[in-house]
Amino acid sequence: MAMTQEEILAGLSEIIDEIAGVPADEVTPEKTFVDDLDIDSLSMVEIAVAAQDKFGVEIPDDQLKDLKTVQDVIDYVGRSSVSA
Amino acid sequence: MRNDATRVVITGLGATTPVGGDAPSTWQAMLAGRSGVQALTDDWAMRLPCQIAAKAAVEPTNVVDRVQARKLDRCEMFAIAAAREAWADAGSPDVDALRMGVVVASGIGGIGSVLAAYDTLKEKGWQRLSPFTVPQLMPNGSAGWIGLEFGARAGVHTPVSACASGAEAIGYGIDMIKSGRADVVLAGGTEAAIMELNVGAFAAMRALSLRNEEPERASRPFDKGRDGFVLGEGAGIVVLESEEHAASRGARVYAVAAGAGYSGDAHHIAQPDPDGAGAVLAIRRALDNARVTATQVTHVNAHATSTPAGDVVEAHAIAEALGDVAASVVVSATKSMTGHLLGGAGAVESVAAIMALHDKTAPPTINIDDLEDDLGVEIAVKPTDLHARGTEPMAVINNSFGFGGHNVAVVFTVA
Repeated sequence: MAMTQEEILAGLSEIIDEIAGVPADEVTPEKTFVDDLDIDSLSMVEIAVAAQDKFGVEIPDDQLKDLKTVQDVIDYVGRSSVSA
Repeated sequence: MRNDATRVVITGLGATTPVGGDAPSTWQAMLAGRSGVQALTDDWAMRLPCQIAAKAAVEPTNVVDRVQARKLDRCEMFAIAAAREAWADAGSPDVDALRMGVVVASGIGGIGSVLAAYDTLKEKGWQRLSPFTVPQLMPNGSAGWIGLEFGARAGVHTPVSACASGAEAIGYGIDMIKSGRADVVLAGGTEAAIMELNVGAFAAMRALSLRNEEPERASRPFDKGRDGFVLGEGAGIVVLESEEHAASRGARVYAVAAGAGYSGDAHHIAQPDPDGAGAVLAIRRALDNARVTATQVTHVNAHATSTPAGDVVEAHAIAEALGDVAASVVVSATKSMTGHLLGGAGAVESVAAIMALHDKTAPPTINIDDLEDDLGVEIAVKPTDLHARGTEPMAVINNSFGFGGHNVAVVFTVA
């Protein structure tokens, strides 16, 4: 069963709070991870691995580099979990 | 710009040790003669002959925030805590980033992270390794993180010389300023190695005290009953600053970091040279480098780890190096209280030596029931007044020696 965008955002916000210490209310769809949320590239890898576990999707490295905003991840997870 | 006449001063102190979470509480605990050695309650310790150690008085995760702690090895947390304290103590100097340096050493580096990461690798595969594993395990990780936090662009360095590392870092930092590369340097050492592998490996060398029944009495340098060292953990960091830079901002000055001396034993990978020739050389070279005469020296914070082989050799080396005035020099072994912080030892003991000079009081060496005979120097068994000893300006020395035959002596004088 596909998750809603709100469910994915909530799950992603939890991960970002845990790993990067960014409060959930700052994690909004239009934000970029690097420039807006100040998350470094190594923490981004950690977030991607946690997101794979939480949402049951694969995020290959060549896809990860294109996920620049929170909305990018929501869309990617939404697409991947539908097709899975 | 190169100016060997540049004087280097100490303007900030930081420490997190088995006897205190900061430099002032560490120094007060030392003056009070309090031991930080405890029985190990970890399951792994029950498999080892040595079941005592001196863990840090304050958990570093109480100082470093949760998110940063995820990225750091324990030794890096200690180093950052001590660096922040030293920096604040110095009044958070305003310094040009290009003139700011970091020299933070470790004997072993992020061994806790190595062990945990290897378990993760074997049990769950490489994909589950933290992307921060490499910066956690590299011995220069502490220096790197501190350089990042304080924006140090003059250079970031990590000397590795086992238990001499922390003192070597301070010596290197002094040189960075004297040679004109930097105006301000955060320098010191850190270690977090109270792990099954390390305790087991030092036990395999027969280097550790096995006085498990009396943890607080186990570290007893210069006592006839000593049977090995006690592993400790923590960090010490000092702010080194050119005298000119410190004066320009009206900084409080603890002491002059007058100079350092080094030598190699070329004798054995882990045993001290029974002649103490390397230690004598390091002390003499340090005095020469600092332009200090033996008559000025009132106090030595000895390396003295409480091993049967090392302590007496060191006392004789101090006596030989200082010559006629040695009998009036007060020697303290603060490892009797903190245990042995390995790469952190030389830095924490430099902080102690600087405070001894500042307060004109040598800290005690605890647990001496039966002092070794004919050491040639006075061993402080209680806090000992240094006023009225030596010629002006007063000088003190910190000795640090390491496996591999590394000998380092650092000289501090009154400001």
